[in-house]
Amino acid sequence: MIIQFLMAAIMAGAPLIMSTVGEIITEKSGSINLGVEGTMYIGAISGLAAAVAAEGAGLKGISVVIICILASVICGILTSLVYSFLTVTLRSNQNVIGLMITIIGMGLGNFFGEKLGQKTGGYLTVLPETKKYFANIHIKFLSDIPVIGKLLFSHNFLIYISLIIAFIAWYVINRTQTGLNLRTVGENPAAADTATINVSRYRYISAMIGGALCGLSGLYMCMVTNNGVWVKDCISGYGWLAVALVIFSSWSPLKALPCSIIFGGLMVMRLYVSIPFISPFVYDMCPYIVTCVAIVVKNMRKSRSISIPAGCGVNYFREER
Amino acid sequence: MASHKISLPHIRIAKRNSTPKGSGIVIRILAFITGMLFISLMLVLMKYNPINVFSSMFRGAWGKNIFIRETIKSAVPLLVTSLGISLAFRMKLWNIGGEGQILIGGAAATYVAFTFEKSMPHIPLLITMFLAAVVASGLFGLIPAFCKAKWGASETLLTLMFNYIAQKFIILLQNTKSWQDSFNAFPKIRMVTFNARLPKLLNINIGWVIAIALVIIVTIYTKRTKQGFELMVVGDSHNTAKYAGISITKVILRTMFLSAALCGIAGFLQVSGADGTLSEATANGMGFTAITVAWMSKINPVAMIAVSLFISTLDRGSSRIQTAFAIPHSFSSVMTGIILIFFIASEFFLKYRFVITKKEETK
Repeated sequence: MIIQFLMAAIMAGAPLIMSTVGEIITEKSGSINLGVEGTMYIGAISGLAAAVAAEGAGLKGISVVIICILASVICGILTSLVYSFLTVTLRSNQNVIGLMITIIGMGLGNFFGEKLGQKTGGYLTVLPETKKYFANIHIKFLSDIPVIGKLLFSHNFLIYISLIIAFIAWYVINRTQTGLNLRTVGENPAAADTATINVSRYRYISAMIGGALCGLSGLYMCMVTNNGVWVKDCISGYGWLAVALVIFSSWSPLKALPCSIIFGGLMVMRLYVSIPFISPFVYDMCPYIVTCVAIVVKNMRKSRSISIPAGCGVNYFREER
Repeated sequence: MASHKISLPHIRIAKRNSTPKGSGIVIRILAFITGMLFISLMLVLMKYNPINVFSSMFRGAWGKNIFIRETIKSAVPLLVTSLGISLAFRMKLWNIGGEGQILIGGAAATYVAFTFEKSMPHIPLLITMFLAAVVASGLFGLIPAFCKAKWGASETLLTLMFNYIAQKFIILLQNTKSWQDSFNAFPKIRMVTFNARLPKLLNINIGWVIAIALVIIVTIYTKRTKQGFELMVVGDSHNTAKYAGISITKVILRTMFLSAALCGIAGFLQVSGADGTLSEATANGMGFTAITVAWMSKINPVAMIAVSLFISTLDRGSSRIQTAFAIPHSFSSVMTGIILIFFIASEFFLKYRFVITKKEETK
């Protein structure tokens, strides 16, 4: 029972890991990208469309998987390039641009999902053979260990990739010169500029990495959660959840891992836990209420180390110092 | 790093001291035209004739009386929500919670309707529903405002989270027996009775009259009252506000209450006017679209009428091209987004200019 619940929590929370880590990297550089949801849609549809196109061209097996991952990553990067061009170079408001990316991304995702579905007769989906690669893996011996084997060694490969990405992100941000520069850009862009750190370049690159990860996370939603079929409105608020998770995990890629699973747990709690007199639908509010409480508590304690980068949300313009 | 000389034409971005008069309109029109050209290009690439598509969209939104009614009907709640969002905008507060506030307003109105629809006469019932929506969603908006004023918690993120709390609350209501239809097992909130529906004027529910009245009220409030002035001052500079003896906390709380209350009115209009019922889809992204409306109209209430009519034209027109050309309806949000991109990008040219210098720089 508990194992089932944990597995369900991991299933529900895992797509959030990559987008959360991506958004953390973006926010560390001082940009809040509210377009996570839209970028995920774009990642999802481009990955799926690329996979279908590759299958149509006669490719099979692992090459299809590589092509669809590349497509998601590239389209995620392109989306975030639009974001950074408008906010960093043209200095438009970050919130408005982020929302706009969400609106456009959702539109494009649903548009092409339906449009391409018309061509292939009804709905857009990949072949069962490709789906197989996104299924849960089974390693001999390791996966057969009771409890631990099931919890640790029997997920799809994207979960393991997201773990690695989270560790790399944590290491780069906290243990390298690049990470230090990045944090400076996010906390105090004027000081970073004085120290000859190229603020725009850092913001561009970190938004691009963020976009790539959000694209991958969209691909995860499409290929694993929805089993390789295009479902209208398939991201259904997961992008916004990632924005919430960034706060909940206090801008640390490592904390993003357990926090995503906790969120996943809160999301599926209704199916596993029952408290008398409280409607199970109340549980669904939990992730959001918990995030609100986390935001408020963090502000009450005013601890610098776990709060939002100080320069976040403000575009930097040298002449305006 | 070794120092070296570069002698390339160096492009620098500088802030404009003043914007040339009238250039705002010209640049926006140019932005709109470029946006439309871009969309046409997309359509051409997909092998459609853009002129046919656009004219079909226009006819789908304004071609017949019945279409015009539908277009106005969908513009009304968007306009009211944008008015609400724009109030918070004026003091540089981000109310991204329009979505949730619409739902809570709608829920309060529905609650009143279910409780009193048999015992109260028509007009008092409508007024009670209206007030319930205002108070409920005003208070709902007050929670993030309080956290912002007291602890400086980001109102962007809090209002965003509150959207989902409201949405889950509506799902809870949908699954509550006393809110459902007694002979329909599907988890859905029942329709309010005719007694709780808005009367019609010119064949459209009077929501549009209320919306226009609100445009006038908001214009007067922001331009002609002391509170409206305080709003501007706090938006411009907290320090100036403090110096002038304005309580920032009070202004934040008051403004967010009003902002959320206006969104709640939109929810009331949806329940009592257009839809006749409350559902998850009552807000349908309006809270987010309203932010783009407020931004495109530069928080000018009168311009908001035009922009929200434009957005609902796209929306209704897309329903038409879906049947006529098999272009999915979601194309309307792609169009909205693209035009907004060009609008926002064009603002850059109003604020900044390029300076090209051709001098030697030592690096």
